[in-house]
Amino acid sequence: MTTLIDAPPQEADGLLPTKKSRSGGGLGKYLVVRFFLIFPTIFILITLVFFLMRITGDPITAALGGRLPPDALQARIHAAGYDRPIWVQYFEYLGQIATGNFGRTISDNLKVTDMLATYGTATLELAINSLVVALIIGIPLGMVAAKYRDKWPDAVLRIFAILSYATPVFFAGLLLKLVFAVGLGWLPVAGRAKSGNEIALTSLANPTGIYWLDAIRSGNMGALGDVMAHAVLPAIALGLLTGGVFLRLVRTNVIGTLSKDYVEAGRSRGIREFRLVTKHAYKPALIPIITVMGLQIALLLGGAVLTETTFEWKGLGFQLAQYLTARDFVAVQGIVVLLAVIVALTNFIVDVIAALIDPRVRY
Amino acid sequence: MSRNEGSLFQRLPVVSHLGKSVGLQRGMLVTGLVITALFLLTAALAPLISPYGFAQHFDSQLPPSGTHPWGTTSGGYDVLSRVVWGTQTAVIVIVVAVILSIFLGVALGLVSGYIGGWLDRILVVIADAIYAFPTLLLAIVMSIAISHGRSSMLGGIFAAAISITVVFIPQYFRVIRAETIRLKAEPFVESAMVVGASSVRIMARHIYKNATRTLPLIFTLNASEAILTLAGLGFLGFGIEPSSAAEWGYDLNKALSDTTAGIWWTGVFPGAAIVLTVLGLTLVGESMNDLNDPRLRGRRRAGRKLPPAPGTPGSNTVHTPGTETAGNGVTV
Repeated sequence: MTTLIDAPPQEADGLLPTKKSRSGGGLGKYLVVRFFLIFPTIFILITLVFFLMRITGDPITAALGGRLPPDALQARIHAAGYDRPIWVQYFEYLGQIATGNFGRTISDNLKVTDMLATYGTATLELAINSLVVALIIGIPLGMVAAKYRDKWPDAVLRIFAILSYATPVFFAGLLLKLVFAVGLGWLPVAGRAKSGNEIALTSLANPTGIYWLDAIRSGNMGALGDVMAHAVLPAIALGLLTGGVFLRLVRTNVIGTLSKDYVEAGRSRGIREFRLVTKHAYKPALIPIITVMGLQIALLLGGAVLTETTFEWKGLGFQLAQYLTARDFVAVQGIVVLLAVIVALTNFIVDVIAALIDPRVRY
Repeated sequence: MSRNEGSLFQRLPVVSHLGKSVGLQRGMLVTGLVITALFLLTAALAPLISPYGFAQHFDSQLPPSGTHPWGTTSGGYDVLSRVVWGTQTAVIVIVVAVILSIFLGVALGLVSGYIGGWLDRILVVIADAIYAFPTLLLAIVMSIAISHGRSSMLGGIFAAAISITVVFIPQYFRVIRAETIRLKAEPFVESAMVVGASSVRIMARHIYKNATRTLPLIFTLNASEAILTLAGLGFLGFGIEPSSAAEWGYDLNKALSDTTAGIWWTGVFPGAAIVLTVLGLTLVGESMNDLNDPRLRGRRRAGRKLPPAPGTPGSNTVHTPGTETAGNGVTV
């Protein structure tokens, strides 16, 4: 979760040519330097999680502690190499990652790359669904709030936005389940699809792992309806959280541009208010909106962990909680590396877009 | 704030904001203050208000009745008592977490911004990496590392607080560092250097006092985030044991499986407590933020509309490095 008023944490001053060499450098140099900043980010997170996980104990004790005599336990720990100095293990792990070898998970003996692909697509599907919900909620309502600034629609929408932030995803999920799944019986309580459909969809040739896409590709309309029904509540629960953030973001930035001279000029030339808001004020407000939206990826991923647990949506977040309980270092580190890469890449892309749109960023 | 004439009382953060506010904004600020006061009062008076202890066992899943106004949970706890005692846990965790992160974040930010050089660069890269990562995940890993998954009474509360601290340090670090870099170039700091004041003295006296003006605001906003993180930890099962302290997130986790049986009272009440508390704190923080920013401050209806001043960010708003480059003064 991110603080409400945090401005985009773009790179700090002093690190990039943005502030240092005002005289030149230009876009190319900016992008190259910005690109290479991806690596320390990933490296730091891997290191941090590696050492934190080692403090927690080893997976063999977590799985078998109490059930095996201490010397047998010790023998297993020794065989797995967990009693070696931590630095040796650390550099060995870095070496493995560098060659693309992420190992096999300890608790369920899957190849980490396969595990990431299987559960990652489930999380991706949830993220896409909720992003759609968030955009549908956030952009139009944000424009309405900006248009009626300080009047009652604005007050209602701002309270809605604050409420959507104040409601934890899992509580929103619980309420949605109580009302629409249990109370009214309209939608399924949990999961991604009925088990029959799930088997049908995962046993397809070359499945994408995104169920609705697979259902459309295989022409299985019954499964498509089922998948959609399962997707609605999780998407709304997570979408409300991000949608509230988008609403505030659009509101603040459209208010900023609405008071610019050129909008006043447009108004004096008789352009209708609707057009002023949706075209003239909204478009220039897009730059900060895109920047901050990109940075919501961390919020979305954090929210996904909670949403997936609430709805038993078997994605990365759901699995992460399981692996953490099992002290499965290998699996947790694999997931963290993937999330770190996603976050670092998104931030990079956001900065590139900002630099392309607004030349002030790169000088 | 410093421009305001008036007594010390009128210049206190919240009081001065109350004075500046009008209309809707004042309504939001007052509502927030009332809810926050209720929250603090409940926490302070928990032993008096709560009908039972938070770890006292009864029959499980009793519906709301005279003896248990909000029913009992699947674990046999009284829901009302758990919710009331939960405010105390929340307050302790917030206070410990925010104070720890202010101490460490402010100290690191001051040193990093003032000394600069390679130390500064390394700290910035680390802070940025942590800042960009999903905070809840870091908090989970931290809490496992600290408490090894099992938590005692105070141990659990501190583990949760420290996990949240790790997440917050980068935020304080960024704000204070940016302010320090700005202040370092101010004439009064230079003159202190010329007079021969030591670096520690300059940091502690001259820069610290000026760089920490925005802290009340971050405090309020982080307090609400701390509650959400604590609840998230508890919900995922990495928080405080139910017998050591009442914690809303844990109760919601247990309530999840009740929903299919149509049992609503175990989840709705602790959830509503989270929403209400976060709402109160956010309303206060939010209104203070808007009031600090002249462009967002509500305008009195009687007066002529003042032209906004684009490109001149209010000096009191929270700025993290990078906002300036975005040019539009993004406040989310």
